[in-house]
Amino acid sequence: MQYAPSRLGRGNALPGTPQQKSIEPHLSLSAFLVQLLNGLASASSLFLVAAGLSIIFGVTRIVNFAHGSLYMLGTYIAYSLVKVFGGGMLGFWGGVLCAGIAVGLFGALVERLLLRRLYHAPELLQLLATFALVLIIRDFALWTWGAEDLLGPRAPGLGGAIDIAGRQFPEYDLLLIALGPLVLGLLWLLLTRTRWGTLVRAATEDREMAGALGVNQAWLFTSVFALGSFLAGLGGAIQIPREPAVLTMDLTILSDVFVVVVVGGMGSIPGAFLAAVIIGVLKAMCIGIGIGNVSALGIDFSFSKLTLVVEFIVMAVVLVIRPWGLLGRQQSIPRGAASVEPPLYLPPPALLKGLAAALLMLALLPLFSDRYTLVLLTDILVFALFAVSLHFIMGPAGMHSFGHAAYFGLGAYAAALLFKHAVPMEAALLLAPLVGGLGALVFGWFCVRLSGVYLAMLTLAFAQIAWSVVYQWDAFTGGSNGLVGIWPANWLASKTAFYYLALALCAGGVILLWRIVFSPFGYALRAGRDSPLRADAIGIDVRRQQWLGFALAGVLAGLAGAVHAFSKGSISPDTLSIPRSVDGLVMVLMGGIQTLTGAVAGAALFTWLQDSIARQTEFWRALLGGIILFLVLAFPQGIAGFIRERWDARKDAE
Amino acid sequence: MTETIVLRVSNLSKSYGGVQAVNAVSFSLASGELLALIGPNGAGKTTCFNLLNGQIAADSGSTEFEGRSLIGLKPRQIWRLGVGRTFQITATFASMTVRENVQTALLNFHGRLNSLVSLAERLYVDEAIELLARVGIAEQAARPCAVLAYGDLKRVELAIALANRPRLLLMDEPTAGMAPRERAALMRLTAELARASAIAVLFTEHDMDVVFAHADRVIVLNRGCIIAEGKPAEVRANREVQQVYLGSGSLFGAEHA
Repeated sequence: MQYAPSRLGRGNALPGTPQQKSIEPHLSLSAFLVQLLNGLASASSLFLVAAGLSIIFGVTRIVNFAHGSLYMLGTYIAYSLVKVFGGGMLGFWGGVLCAGIAVGLFGALVERLLLRRLYHAPELLQLLATFALVLIIRDFALWTWGAEDLLGPRAPGLGGAIDIAGRQFPEYDLLLIALGPLVLGLLWLLLTRTRWGTLVRAATEDREMAGALGVNQAWLFTSVFALGSFLAGLGGAIQIPREPAVLTMDLTILSDVFVVVVVGGMGSIPGAFLAAVIIGVLKAMCIGIGIGNVSALGIDFSFSKLTLVVEFIVMAVVLVIRPWGLLGRQQSIPRGAASVEPPLYLPPPALLKGLAAALLMLALLPLFSDRYTLVLLTDILVFALFAVSLHFIMGPAGMHSFGHAAYFGLGAYAAALLFKHAVPMEAALLLAPLVGGLGALVFGWFCVRLSGVYLAMLTLAFAQIAWSVVYQWDAFTGGSNGLVGIWPANWLASKTAFYYLALALCAGGVILLWRIVFSPFGYALRAGRDSPLRADAIGIDVRRQQWLGFALAGVLAGLAGAVHAFSKGSISPDTLSIPRSVDGLVMVLMGGIQTLTGAVAGAALFTWLQDSIARQTEFWRALLGGIILFLVLAFPQGIAGFIRERWDARKDAE
Repeated sequence: MTETIVLRVSNLSKSYGGVQAVNAVSFSLASGELLALIGPNGAGKTTCFNLLNGQIAADSGSTEFEGRSLIGLKPRQIWRLGVGRTFQITATFASMTVRENVQTALLNFHGRLNSLVSLAERLYVDEAIELLARVGIAEQAARPCAVLAYGDLKRVELAIALANRPRLLLMDEPTAGMAPRERAALMRLTAELARASAIAVLFTEHDMDVVFAHADRVIVLNRGCIIAEGKPAEVRANREVQQVYLGSGSLFGAEHA
């Protein structure tokens, strides 16, 4: 999926607008002013979407991955409605408003029909469900509106531009600048002056207490989802005169909005506004002054390169200094038994025998398989190790990483670059995991200082920073083209030989990680997850254990990445992109986070599904999303969790 | 009995904004002695505890354990010196069995926590079972902590706290949330363990029956200051203490019972 910057508004593309004038080597005052206004205009829309996400998270504690998709729906629906209603004053604004309302109703429907069934499922399962929605909504948009970019009409009476210090600035953008504070004010009134708002604030503060005091949670959750979705849809709808509707805008805005909500503080509306302004303006500034290079310490540096990553740097800095965001507060820890992790027992002999049999079968498979199956199996082995290394930090260590692909990608790039610089393939394969581990050691040092969603977002930020460096460093990493010609040594050139190598390394890595879960080190990790207070009181340095665990997972993710690079012969920045990280999350959650074998089952199923469905239909995303939704609803414990439940039930019956 | 002072606290103070939560508190504690820290709600008991345990930093004053200053040390460093701790609301590892909880503490005590290859479940099994037997729940060793009754969890905590062979036990409301009969049994057990192994025990408590039955000495805190100190009978007769507790009646329930 593409992550090219799309924040360049259409206003900027008009002849003689700031974008083109800023070719001047230095930044003039007027250019600065116009970029500032540009930033404020995009901040408004950003704020609308972020406020919706923030309210939803505050009350329901759901990280709504589909929020960007709701935004996208808003844009597309507004485009269609304005076309039907006509571009008059009433038609345009009526269309925009109706688009917002339609998305709001859709959000309420999603909450009632889908998410409501998952509130008692393990944590993060709602996240998986919302990710399935991302896939389904994306293909729904593709099916309804097609793959072409759609440009909406200009707003009636606001199609022109005004003169600001000698430069042209679109009138519509001025309106947007005013809209942000207006919505902030209305939300503030809604939250502080109405009974509903009081309930929302109470539930954000302490959901269980609100429930204990007789607040009807079902109704509150639905209405909060409706409002949050409405804001997302409206945020999308008001973009139609500025930006074309494109199919990739769901994930692009999602990462922006995550950043805004986290920087502002999850659940804080004024925080979201402040963060939206900071990020909107900073991004505009980076684009505006991007053409001029700065020379420092003899190194040429272009600010435009910062555009892709500036918000993530802001987020990383804010989270390190203020772990709960600018205006956020520490999340209350949910009470009750819902969050208790089940006990982890050493595998019984029957399971060990089963695993040994599975391994033997994998070793014999090349005798019966064709080339294509072997390539697919190699992929499955690679992603099994990747998923198990992610599960290692998410499960036993309790750190939810949304950016685990960074270490996979670092391993892959390290292997490829070493190989390109005349290091033998075997040595590159051994050294690359260390690079993954080193990356995890550096990023992890910051990450283990946080917990919960904030930790997840910081891992996401670091992954995005790593991606942006790889994507833009043409001379070293090959930039967006990636690197090609990374082929294994001669003795591994056949698909069968490479399959055996992958089997040895990946199965070895998986078994090693499983073994470590049951070692004293693994117990220390679980101790820190179960009760940091008690762990500290028996002398365990929880942060240090988590840090080492994070680095260890990075080493094995790096190994998976290195094997991947040599199996494909080429790599691109996709190797460490956010969608790859999300793939890992989906594998772990689909398999069942509470079982060790789940990650392997999830990786196998997901890789196989992706491969087989992608060949069947153009709308493979929707199909995949549908399957994920079915799995989530049918097996809330994950596949391996489901099998274990049945197994236990049978044993109890005997 | 020759008394060795284990813990010496002098002029310990901590304020939050304008509130003097703990004000120039001084006392000492000998090995094998049970010292109860009592006082009405908000008297500063828990703050005092958290100061000793290193969870919050003192404004001024000193705490010494076996002659070593505890000021500025983190809870895990204080544990290393030989201090065990139990919490008002039990904190155990819910995903582990009772035995594994104790084993985890033992692993760290024996410096084996960073081992990557050995199987933790098979290490220090006998030692863990012996500790569980001392607190009377050896037969529950294989059960997951998450399914235990609250009173048994308190005992698990005690077993965990004993894993580093402490010379000082800090117990914050050890019997809170337990049935009256269980309370008496747990405190009797604690007293026996303390005397048998010469462990100094400092505990806070709301149940005055427990305090007067098992404490060797009692300190009464009110508004951050020590207002009385002495043998249980002396403290019970103290006018000021009676004043502080007047109206609650809890202090003298024992006499009428």
